[in-house]
Amino acid sequence: MTIRQLFLSACMAAMATGATAEGVKVGMITTLSGGGAGLGIDVRDGFMLAVEQSGRDDIEVVIEDDQRKPDVAVQLADKMIQSEKVDVLTGIIWSNLAMAVIPGAVAQGKFYLSPNAGPSVLAGKGCNPNYFNVAWQNDNLHEAAGAYANSARLTNSFILAPNYPAGQDALTGYKRFYEGELAGELYTKLGQTDYASEIAQIRAAGADSVFFFLPGGMGISFMKQYAESGLDLPVVGPAFSFDQGILQAVGDAALGVRNTSQWSKDLDNPANTAFVESFQAKYDRLPSLYASQGFDTANLLISAVEAADVGDQDAFRAALKAADFASTRGDFEFGPNNHPIQDFYVREVIQEGDVFTNKVESLVLESHGDAYAAECKM
Amino acid sequence: MSLILLAEQTLNGLQFGMMLFLMAAGLTLIFGVMGLINLAHGSLYMVGAFIAAATAAFTGSFLLALIASLAAAALAGVLIEMTIIRRLYERDHLDQVLATFALILIFSEGTRWVFGSFPLYLDIPDALSGTVTLPFGVEYSLYRLVLIGVGLVIALGLFLLIGKTRLGIRIRAGENDREMIGALGVDISRLYTLVFALGAALAGLAGALIGAIQSVQVGMGEPVLILAFVVIVIGGIGSIKGALVGALLVGLTDTLGRFLLPKAFALVLDPSQATAIGSALASMAIYILMAGVLILRPRGLFGGAAS
Repeated sequence: MTIRQLFLSACMAAMATGATAEGVKVGMITTLSGGGAGLGIDVRDGFMLAVEQSGRDDIEVVIEDDQRKPDVAVQLADKMIQSEKVDVLTGIIWSNLAMAVIPGAVAQGKFYLSPNAGPSVLAGKGCNPNYFNVAWQNDNLHEAAGAYANSARLTNSFILAPNYPAGQDALTGYKRFYEGELAGELYTKLGQTDYASEIAQIRAAGADSVFFFLPGGMGISFMKQYAESGLDLPVVGPAFSFDQGILQAVGDAALGVRNTSQWSKDLDNPANTAFVESFQAKYDRLPSLYASQGFDTANLLISAVEAADVGDQDAFRAALKAADFASTRGDFEFGPNNHPIQDFYVREVIQEGDVFTNKVESLVLESHGDAYAAECKM
Repeated sequence: MSLILLAEQTLNGLQFGMMLFLMAAGLTLIFGVMGLINLAHGSLYMVGAFIAAATAAFTGSFLLALIASLAAAALAGVLIEMTIIRRLYERDHLDQVLATFALILIFSEGTRWVFGSFPLYLDIPDALSGTVTLPFGVEYSLYRLVLIGVGLVIALGLFLLIGKTRLGIRIRAGENDREMIGALGVDISRLYTLVFALGAALAGLAGALIGAIQSVQVGMGEPVLILAFVVIVIGGIGSIKGALVGALLVGLTDTLGRFLLPKAFALVLDPSQATAIGSALASMAIYILMAGVLILRPRGLFGGAAS
C-alpha cells in the first residue's frame, strides 16, 4: 500500500511538473522505513491529503526516506537542494536529524517547514527567518504536562525520560511548570525495552504520580509493564506515547491516562472535523497527532503559495508568517521566532467500541509560546 | 534502599538474563556447530513476536500464540537455512555477516509490508497477570516469575538434549570435527538444518514471551541481538553452559547497575549529576564486564580450546 502511495504521489508530482513552469517544489525528507516509520508515514499522508484537497497542480512534492539516519538525511537534503532544486524542505521527524539538516538548508536560502521536530536551539539562538515550525517547540507538551500536574494537585511526581537531548528537554520542560516535589528523577537508556528496574524504584519512592517521556516502542513497553506491575499511581505524559498509531498496541494499559497535546481528533472546529473525516475516508484509519501536523504544514504552505510567489522570498516569507490558514488545532499563529503560539490540552485515553483513542478533557495552557523566543535575534 | 527493593531488582535481573539466554543459546549453538555468524537471529525473534501477536489477535489464545511463534520461527529458520545460509558455511565470516545483515533488512521490510508500520498488540493472558507476594513481602509480577521458570525449564531441556541424547552427541561431535562426523555417515546437512531450526525456534519463543510485555514492532530484534552476542562472547562461543552463565551475568549486571550506580554516585555527588553519570556508566556496565572477562579469559568463561 505504501509503495502504491509513493508511486501515486510520484505520479502526481510528475504531472504537476508537466502542468506549470512556475509553482513550488517541495522536498519531503521523512522516515518511511524501520522502526520509526509510522510517524513519517502519518506526516506524509496528512501532507499529501492537504495537497490533494487543495486541487492545486502547481505544488510538486518529492518524497524521500531518511531511514532515521542523520547522514542519510543530510545527503538527501543536498540532493534535493542541488539537483532537484526544491524551494521548500519539510518532513523531518527526529530532532537529531533536524539539527543536521535545517541549519544548512536555510543557510542556502531554502524555506524549511517543520512538521514535527522543534529542538530548542532552533527556537532560540539558532533561529532563522526561513525556518518555520508548524508543530511545537520540543518542550511545549512537557510544559503543558507540568501545568496539568499542578491543576490536578499532584505534588510528588516521579519523572523519567531517555538519556538524550530530547529526553533532557522533556524533564526540563516539565519541571519549568511543575510546582510540586520530585519523588525521583531517572534517565533511562535510549531504546530500552525493559522497565522492571525503574518500576520497582517508582514503587519504592512513595510518589503520588508518574510523568514520563518515552516515545515510540519505549512507551509501549513501559505502559504494559507498569500496568502489569500492579502500581496504580496516575500517569501523565506528552501525547507521543498515547497517540493513535500506538494506542492499539498499548491496549487496556493506557485507559484513563492523561496526556497533553496541541491537537486531538475531537477538537471542535470545522477544519478538524473535515480533516478527521477525509483522512479516515482516504486511508481507512484514524489520524494521529503527526498526521494533523503534516496536514497543517501543507495547508500553511498552500496558504503562502496562494498569497505570494516563492521566487519573491520576502513576500513568501511574510505570507508564511501570516499563517493565514484554517488549522486543525483552531487558533494558530507564529511567535517572533517562527514557532507556534497555540493552545495545549490535556486528553484522556478512552475506548470507543474496539478502538482506543483520546478525548479532550480540558485546556491547560492558552496561547502558549515557548521559553526560547527571547534568545532569538532575527 | 530496602532489601525488598534489592530482592525485586535481583529477580528482574534474573528474568532479563533468562530471556537473553533463550536468544543466546540458539546463537551460540549455530556458531559452535556451523561456525556461522547469524546476524538475522534478531529477525527470527521479531518473527516470533509478530506471529504470536497475530495469532493471539485471531484466536484469543496465548498458548496457541506461543506454539505458532515457535513453529513459525522454526519454519522461517529452516527456509532461510536451506535457501541461503547453507551456501555460507564455506565462506568467510565477512560474507556471512554481509548476507545475514541483508536478511535483517529483508525481514524488517517484509514484516512491515505484511503487518504495517504500526506496533502490534500482544498482552499477557489474564491467568498470568497481576502480582504475587513472595516470602519476606516481596511483591513481584507473576508473568515475570513464569518467564524465569520457562527459562529454567528450557535450560534444563537443552542440557539434557545436548548431554544425553543421540542428537546431542552429534551436535557436540559437529562442534569438534565437522569432517569426521560427515565421514562417519551422519547426514551433516540435515543436522545443520535441525540445529538452525532449534535456534530459530528458541529465538521465536523469546520474541513471543517478551513481546507480551514490550512492544511488538519492526526492528525489535536488533538491540537484543547485540546483547545476545555480548552474552556468548562472555560465556564462550559454542557453550550452552556459557550462554546460561553469561546471560545471567549480563542480566544481573545491567539491571543492578542501572539501579545501584546512580545511588552509589549520589553518596558523593549532588543528585542530578549522580543521575547523569550513574545512568551513563550503567549503560556501559555490560561492555565493561565483557572487556574484563576477555582480558582474564580471552575465549570466554566456558570457551573450549582452539577449534
